[in-house]
Amino acid sequence: MKEVHESPIKPIDVYTDTRDILAHAKRQADANKYEDYLIVDVDSHHTETNSWHEIIEYIEDPVIRAQAQEYQQSRTGGPPYGLSGDFGLKYQGVGGRIPHNDNRLETVEEKDVHRDVVLTRRAMESFGLDYMVVFPTPMLFLGTHPQPEMEVLLGRAYNRWLEERLLPGDERIKSFMYLPFNDPEAALRTVEDFSEVKGSVGFTITSARYKPVHHNQYMKLYAALEERGMPLCFHAGYYWQDSSMSLLNRFIGMHALAFVLCNLVHMTNWVLNGLPERFPKLKTIWLESGLAWIPFLMQRLDHEYLMRTSEAPLLRKLPSEYMREMYYTSQPMETDHPKALELTFEMIHAETQLLYSSDWPHWDFDPPSVIFDLPFLSEQGKRNILGENARRLLKLDER
Amino acid sequence: MSELFVGREEDFEEQDRRLIVQDGLEIGVFRVNGAFYAYQNQCAHRGGPVCQGKILNKVEEVLNEDKTSRGLQFSKEHLHIICPWHGFEYDLRDGVNAGNRRLHLKKYEVEVRKGGVYVLI
Ligand code: FES
Repeated sequence: MKEVHESPIKPIDVYTDTRDILAHAKRQADANKYEDYLIVDVDSHHTETNSWHEIIEYIEDPVIRAQAQEYQQSRTGGPPYGLSGDFGLKYQGVGGRIPHNDNRLETVEEKDVHRDVVLTRRAMESFGLDYMVVFPTPMLFLGTHPQPEMEVLLGRAYNRWLEERLLPGDERIKSFMYLPFNDPEAALRTVEDFSEVKGSVGFTITSARYKPVHHNQYMKLYAALEERGMPLCFHAGYYWQDSSMSLLNRFIGMHALAFVLCNLVHMTNWVLNGLPERFPKLKTIWLESGLAWIPFLMQRLDHEYLMRTSEAPLLRKLPSEYMREMYYTSQPMETDHPKALELTFEMIHAETQLLYSSDWPHWDFDPPSVIFDLPFLSEQGKRNILGENARRLLKLDER
Repeated sequence: MSELFVGREEDFEEQDRRLIVQDGLEIGVFRVNGAFYAYQNQCAHRGGPVCQGKILNKVEEVLNEDKTSRGLQFSKEHLHIICPWHGFEYDLRDGVNAGNRRLHLKKYEVEVRKGGVYVLI
């Protein structure tokens, strides 16, 4: 009989080090030899509210900046200045069952870089990644702010903060610049001002919002992106107060639908109004809606299009053919119905169009094994999805 | 078959756990209603560290006779171990997943002998 001493592994809570939470992911990385693969995580997150006192310092309007500083210093009882404090955020960690989604209070000794750089590095090390693209978290709701000017000011402050505080910390950390899409001119100015930021790989529209993407007022924006060869991504989100979503009483139901609904709507407008024909070189990436919605929408649109081609005259091929030329991130990949998943991969030309993403540290994150373990992928297809597609699209260096 | 010494029975409070590691094999040992249960620390979902998760009573929804809902409550009978990676829940007494009975944890026998708790592997 062997004597067993106290184990170094402990129950996990909000104080646990990322590397301990993800120790099993590290084991998968070692066993699968991820070091032989280029792995790019195209959608992960940091919690910008922890740095909100820094971010508000970049607000350009002096009156709003002073208000924000005062609020951050003296006021309690509300979400950070300018953010909506969405209802759903309270449920993300499922009542404490998924601690890393609730908070990450682990010790960080390193002082030479921002804390979020250290946390991101720890996740990269654990998952065996070469690059991690980070997005903010509550700012995903900013598109529903009742004051469009607040989206402009905060989006711009965040972009500056990214440029000066986060991205210089590690060249493996990348980000998409935030577009204040509710104000088309400000969005255009964002592209003009932030295209050269080191570490930025494109621009993002947070999808939870009520602006039609095909409106004429956005054409200059798309032209500017196309001209610069910058990809445009639509990062899904939810708005529980949306009149349809407000019928859903459980977070699970609202989340399952709303994270897809926003991108269903934007994609439908994008395709039927012929945006891919108008801007054939503009690359779009659809993030964090999973994959099951894509074959659904391809079938719905193709079916109706042939009966009503006069309503979408800019199209020169089937809606699904445009969709299959766009890019998608993988998470949250619906893996419970393997045959459906395999067909989805075929329908979206996953081997060239799909980009692995983790969504770490959110409650439904996917480690790279979700792609690595798929039985139906070719070796090259696997390499493409894990990193090569992203490397080409985002113009990353080989590592 | 070999056995691993986990600890003294009297050192386990109700709902206590110990995590043991032997040659890379991680096992969680739990005390529930006086009995001991042991599972591999490997979630059936994506291999997460399930035994390091929260222990909570199962959540139930109570219906009235007329099928109206009375709301949620914690079960008095079923205790779950919840994987901290994504929240998969397993009954601590049999290791079976709460949402899909085809999923379960790898279970190990536990023996209590002369006050010592042993896992058989
Ligand atoms: S790995 Fe355990 S819930 Fe996903």
